[in-house]
Amino acid sequence: MDIPRYERLWLGIGIGTLILFLLITGYMGFSMGLHPTDGMERTVEPEKVTRTPPFDNPGLERIGPNEYVLTSVSFVFGYDPKEVTVPAGAKVHFRVTSRDVIHGFYIPGTTVNMMVEPGHITEQTYTFDKPGKYLVLCHEYCGSGHHLMQGTIYVKGE
Amino acid sequence: MSTAATEKGETLAKHRYDERDRRLVLAHVGVAVGALLIGAIAGLLQVMERAGWIRLPAGINYYQMLTLHGVLLALVFTTFFIFGYLYAGLARTLDGRLVSSSRKWAWIGYGMMTLGTLLAAAHILMNEATVLYTFYPPLQASPWFYVGLALLVVGSWVASAVVIINYVHWRRRNRGESSPLFAYMALATVILWLHASLYVAIEVVVQLIPWSFGWVDRVNVPLSRTLFWWFGHALVYFWLLPAYIYWYVNIPQIIGGKILSGSLPRLTFILFLLFSIPVGFHHQLTDPGIQPFWKFLQVALTMAVVVPTLITAFSILGTFEMAGRARGAKGLFGWVKKLPWGDVRFFTPFMAMIIFILGGAGGIILASYQLNQLVHNTWFVTGHFHMTMASTVGLTYLAALYWMIPILRHRRLTPAINRLGIIQTVIWTVGMMLMSVTMHVVGLMGAPRRSSFSTYGGHEIVSSWMPHLQLISVGGILLFAAILLAVYILIHLWFFAPKTDRPAEFPIGVVYERASEPPRILERWSVWIGVSVVLSIIAYAVPLADMILHPAPGALPVRPW
Repeated sequence: MDIPRYERLWLGIGIGTLILFLLITGYMGFSMGLHPTDGMERTVEPEKVTRTPPFDNPGLERIGPNEYVLTSVSFVFGYDPKEVTVPAGAKVHFRVTSRDVIHGFYIPGTTVNMMVEPGHITEQTYTFDKPGKYLVLCHEYCGSGHHLMQGTIYVKGE
Repeated sequence: MSTAATEKGETLAKHRYDERDRRLVLAHVGVAVGALLIGAIAGLLQVMERAGWIRLPAGINYYQMLTLHGVLLALVFTTFFIFGYLYAGLARTLDGRLVSSSRKWAWIGYGMMTLGTLLAAAHILMNEATVLYTFYPPLQASPWFYVGLALLVVGSWVASAVVIINYVHWRRRNRGESSPLFAYMALATVILWLHASLYVAIEVVVQLIPWSFGWVDRVNVPLSRTLFWWFGHALVYFWLLPAYIYWYVNIPQIIGGKILSGSLPRLTFILFLLFSIPVGFHHQLTDPGIQPFWKFLQVALTMAVVVPTLITAFSILGTFEMAGRARGAKGLFGWVKKLPWGDVRFFTPFMAMIIFILGGAGGIILASYQLNQLVHNTWFVTGHFHMTMASTVGLTYLAALYWMIPILRHRRLTPAINRLGIIQTVIWTVGMMLMSVTMHVVGLMGAPRRSSFSTYGGHEIVSSWMPHLQLISVGGILLFAAILLAVYILIHLWFFAPKTDRPAEFPIGVVYERASEPPRILERWSVWIGVSVVLSIIAYAVPLADMILHPAPGALPVRPW
């Protein structure tokens, strides 16, 4: 095929950069554990989820010194629990499901960014170093009140 | 004497469109322009509501306008334009006209697509389908909305078959020759479309239609999302490839340059066919239920489209440079000044290319395995596809309409209209920079996409978004003005521009005389279709089997609007 010399050079640089980029992101993912949000666990039928553990009793559970599990249920148009408070530096393991449609669980200004699907549990961990009032909002269209769906995480200073 | 034109310069007699082809192409273009206008009105209402400038009058809701905007611009405007453009180019490059027996099928496809569009649009307007153009279940629209979408897709299959018939008809009589570049690219585009749209058809016909009629209770949510995005990312390449055809085949002729190579453009289209489909997981990076390995594999495949994009950037710039030098340009960059900047047929797609550089950079960020976490479902995404799709694709389509309509209507593209077209593009570009760049910024600050106006109870971080929303709204209004101007130009060209007996010709570039014949393997479609299917299987078989064989409990329908 007739590929001009300069084009070979141009493509070589491009493809080389691409391979380097993929090696770096791959290394970050598989060696440093920096994967995007996921969660392979399933739940019972979405409409029964609030009658079945652990989502019958959503809320914050302390599992270590300043380490918590937040079990949360999304629904049209809100989160249960709506508000929680943790101390600064708290490491929070989120476990979220939906009892109806697909929702988002997103905290602007952090890397907490999850798709929440009925039938599945989405998991992510985040450490809240800075005290403040964190807004949790739904970032997947879920109906006419979508833009009102929100929660709050208060992070208290020492 | 032949009236067909190919990149080998075989254009012997003056080409005039067959009356029946002319009507067919114009019918497609007409629907596209109508969808553009209505979709733009929905966009205007929406952007002003989001900034808190207006409240939509009783009964109409933001999400309904958003659904209409997405369906009409992303699905209807594009699909109708694409088939009109492909038919016009095929007629020009194969035999001077379409194969007679294929025209009937083209009209059947047109009828199905139009009926599907009307059905879907009517149910959106009745607020029976406020599910956005991604229609994720268990949000449940009226079954007729899904039937409308299915008709649109199946109609597009019939239209794709028309492209194939014309190609095969030519191939039978020209064995052993490489096909004209336009026809080659048209075929690659519809093969890509047939492969990708198969998955959304399965989602709609097997999952959503029976479920929305109430014949089954529950729907497998992760499966439907996966099928949608298996199709959904390739969908954007289905829009992009016709723009690439314009850049590769039409522009060289318009600017008096040459197509740099016969092989590289073909290779580009093959690479898109291979790497635009097995990549949908990069839209689902933050979804549960998919093992990280498969997400990463698809990220790697997604990034492979960097290669055909770089080939294109090189080839197109090479064409520009050769054209400039042919006009007597001197020095390293003297050719830039020699390009026909005052010609709307060149200037408009050129701006589309410039915006594509920004859009492409944002796309790499979005598909990056880790960085996606920061921007997923924020306004960054909306900014991205308004650059790549609305601008790169949209402006290129408009530019094509600016010369196609006069050709088909036997009229002249006058200097006054040419100037108006350039003004239109400038307004568009300014509006788009204002709107999309700001969307990227406010997305990084955390503003979600697809949300009506909300202060979230006066939260501090939300108030920091507010000044940006005003800028976005101003950009949106400029964009709307640009579309109104475009529609005015198109109507003028259609009905009022001066008549002529010698309309311009559909421009087909000629390949650089020192370029070698494309290798035969590039024309062996069975090989490339095979590789495309195998890549899809590698990327999807395991996660898909997991979703089907060990499904999470299904979801009941919900209609929360």
